[in-house]
Formats: sequence, C-alpha cells, structure tokens
Amino acid sequence: MQVDKHHYVSSATNALTPAPQKYVYQQEVAKLIDTTICIGCKACQVACSEWNDYRPDVGHNVGVYDNPADLGPNAWTVMRYNEVEENGKLQWLIRKDGCMHCEKPGCQIACPVPGAIVQHANGIVDIVQDLCTGCGYCIAGCPFDVPKQNPIDKRVYKCNLCVDRVFAGQAPSCAKTCPTSAIMFGSKADMITRAEKRIAELKSRGFANAGLYDPEGVGGTHVMYVLHHADRPELYSDLPKNPTISPMVRFWKGAFKPLAAVGFIAMFAAAALHYIGVGPVAEDDEEEKKHD
Amino acid sequence: MTNQKDVVVRHPYPVRVAHWVTVLGFFFVTVSGLGFFFPSLHGLLGFLGTPQLAQFLHPVFGLVMVAGLIVLLFRNAPHCLPEKDDSKWFKHIPDILKGNEHHVVEVGHYNPGQKMLFWKIMGLTAIMLVSGLIAWRPYFAHLFPVPLLRLALLVHSMCGILMMFMIFVHIYMGFWYKGTLRGMTQGTVSRSWAKKHHPRWLRALATKGNKNT
Repeated sequence: MQVDKHHYVSSATNALTPAPQKYVYQQEVAKLIDTTICIGCKACQVACSEWNDYRPDVGHNVGVYDNPADLGPNAWTVMRYNEVEENGKLQWLIRKDGCMHCEKPGCQIACPVPGAIVQHANGIVDIVQDLCTGCGYCIAGCPFDVPKQNPIDKRVYKCNLCVDRVFAGQAPSCAKTCPTSAIMFGSKADMITRAEKRIAELKSRGFANAGLYDPEGVGGTHVMYVLHHADRPELYSDLPKNPTISPMVRFWKGAFKPLAAVGFIAMFAAAALHYIGVGPVAEDDEEEKKHD
Repeated sequence: MTNQKDVVVRHPYPVRVAHWVTVLGFFFVTVSGLGFFFPSLHGLLGFLGTPQLAQFLHPVFGLVMVAGLIVLLFRNAPHCLPEKDDSKWFKHIPDILKGNEHHVVEVGHYNPGQKMLFWKIMGLTAIMLVSGLIAWRPYFAHLFPVPLLRLALLVHSMCGILMMFMIFVHIYMGFWYKGTLRGMTQGTVSRSWAKKHHPRWLRALATKGNKNT
C-alpha cells in the first residue's frame, strides 16, 4: 500500500541517495496487544480481511484452533493458541501474530528494490507491492517469519498496521474491532505507560514474570505484547526470545557489498595498468621469425 | 585470408556453440544479478524488461548457462586434467605476467591457469545451481526453512561475485594474448600462435593428425 511522500526510510537507499524526508516529525505509534485479556475470538482476523479486502481460501482443519494455520499473503494476522500445563494448572496462551513493525526491520534491510519496503516516520513498515519484484529477500530477512509471497502475483504481503487508516487519524481495524480492548493503539510512549500499569496489576495478582515484549535486538517494535510470562516468550507459539537480524543477512547486505565493489574496482584497475604497462602478447614469436 | 594450412582447429563447432550459449546465459544472469546485489544498480534490472521480468528471467538464464557448461564439462574436462609439471607453470607466474610464458614453459592443450579456471567455474556453477534452486521464488524457496534460505542467498551472491571476477580474468586473457579470440569465434588459430603458446598441444596434434571439423 503506497501512502505518498510519508516515508522517510526506504529499502535499498543509502546516505548518498536518501528517501524523501517529508513528514519526519510524526509521533512514533505502537499497537499494544495484551495477551492476558485476549479471548481468542478472531474478530481481529475478520476485521483485517475486511478492511484490507483479502479473502483467504477455505483451508483444512489441522486439529487446533489456529485457522488459517499460518500467516499468508491473504492472512496478515493469525491467532495462535498454545496450551501450557504447569503446576497442575492449564493455561491457554493466545497470541495475535503478524508483522511486529520493527524499528530496525530485517525485511527492509534485505530488500534490493529502492522504495519497495518503506518505514514511515511513525514507525510503520510497509511493502509497496507495485515495486515488489517477488525476490523474497524480505522473507529471509525477517526474524519473525512474517512476510508471505502470493504465488499468483508473486508480490509479498504482510500487515501494514492499516497505514491508510492511521494517516487518516484512525486506529488499525483490528484495534477498532477487538471486543475486550486487548488490542490498543496510540503513541508508542502512551502504549508503554499503559503496558506498565497493566504489568504492575498482573504482578500484584501473582504473575511475577509479567512484562512487556518490545525486543531490543530489532531496535524495539511498533507492535508490542503484554505477556504473563515475559521471561518465556517462546510459550506463546514460539515468539522468539531475542529476535535479531541474522548475521548472514547483515554481512550479505552490509560489509560484503562495499568489499565486492572494491574488488571490482581493483580488478579493472589492475587489468588496465597491466595492459598499458606490459602491452599485448603477440600472436607470433617475433624472435624466432628473425632467425628463420 | 589465412591459408588453411597455416591454421589448426582449436575448438570444434559443438564446443564453440556451447561456449557462446554459456556466454549468453552468463551475460544476462550477471547483469540482472548485479542489479539484485547492488541496490544502487537496480536500474540494470531494466535491461531484461521490467524488474519483475528480470526476477523471472534471472534463474532461466542461469539454467541456460548451466546447459552450456554441461556440454563444456564433458568436452573439455579431458583437456583440463592436472599434469606433472603444472607446478613449474605456477612458479613462473611473474614471468608469465610479463608476457614471457613462451620463454619459460612449454604449455600443452591448456595452461594450468586455464585448467584451474575451468574447474573453479564448474565448482562455483554447481554451488550456484543448488543455492539458486533453493532461493528460486515462487517455485522452490517456500519448501526450505528460512535459515537455509539465508545461507543460500549469501552463498549465491558470494559465488556470483567470485565468478564475475574469474570471467573477467578469462576475458582479459583472451584480449591480452592476441590471436586467441578467433579460436572461439572461427574455431581455428594460426599455427604460429599454437607453436608459441601451446607447443606441446601442437606436437600432439601433429602425431595424431589434425582433423578440420
């Protein structure tokens, strides 16, 4: 989804050729998902498909409530359900999965197309499908396994935090719909304050490890979770404990590019200097000809 | 025009065709590959139409290159086996770079540098074929776990850059050694070229008899 001229960080650009710097002074936004009051009703999934106008194909029952079983080009958010039995107590840990809108987005770092993945000044990370070539580098770059390729148009899709609604002063459709207000939306600072209040309450009620999921490894996220067990995020259907951008992706998209460029320049220079220094190797042996 | 008697066949017709099919594949795969690797060279993708079309065609031209190289592997591998005095050639690299190869070593069908290049290209192509198939979207990449995909993309780009360096050296050598290029275009080289640069090959031809194919 393209919202003209609002972005300030763009894929495949560098300090010499920066993206347009309009609307830089926006407040950072965040979506806060309180897993402790989520009832798993999937209204957010429905709202997302309605607002963003996609309809996934009817899938198969895989024996759990997760439906569809994974995120997809036509499923930008999915409820994940996990049953955890500890100390004779059963807990049903439900997490609304989707793009985390990282402050340092792995997808954007990996993307080779200028402007195909943009990060708005408010923190929203968005794929511009018009420019996407379908190379899938973003899928390799994402530490959360979120972007999904549509095999028909070959473009990659993911949650855009309802960027069109946000720029019109509205909350994302999932937040608007959530019947228990487990999905909240506002400035990132406000959402952190709210989360802290809720976490203090949870701690007073016996959840000693309650906490906020806003992982440092990706510079923090613009989608945050309140978790009862913040010390063990993997309980929530494999939410990564310390998500970071893979060193392989960082080298491939970082140091390796200038190294390769220097290699090319050195090679061209060596060839030119060699040729103008040594000159061509003649077809015939000149000395032998003289003796003949 | 050179007299037929003054030339010898360097590369028979099937080898020449396979070589230029490889060149065709390599050229397009390199132009688009650079466009994917260096975002600042994104414009190179336009060489194959649109960036989306380049995304589709890049692996196709990769397979064209592989097809050409498979023929070259079977035709030229026998000429590229290591020999006893190859080490002598490597010791003389400084002289060779000064253009004095013919004074210091007697080269056979190919010199050890050419032989090494042949096997490096074959090896890199095999790695690039496997990593490229793993990363090929939308057909195969979704079948593999993301960490493997990351490794495949990194390895593919590293081997691609190495391959470009090697092909550049290959092209430069053909340009530096005058009289070499026609061995791959017309297929024949002058007898004096062969005598100077590949004397052992020329002698072996004389004993076997050179068939003009």
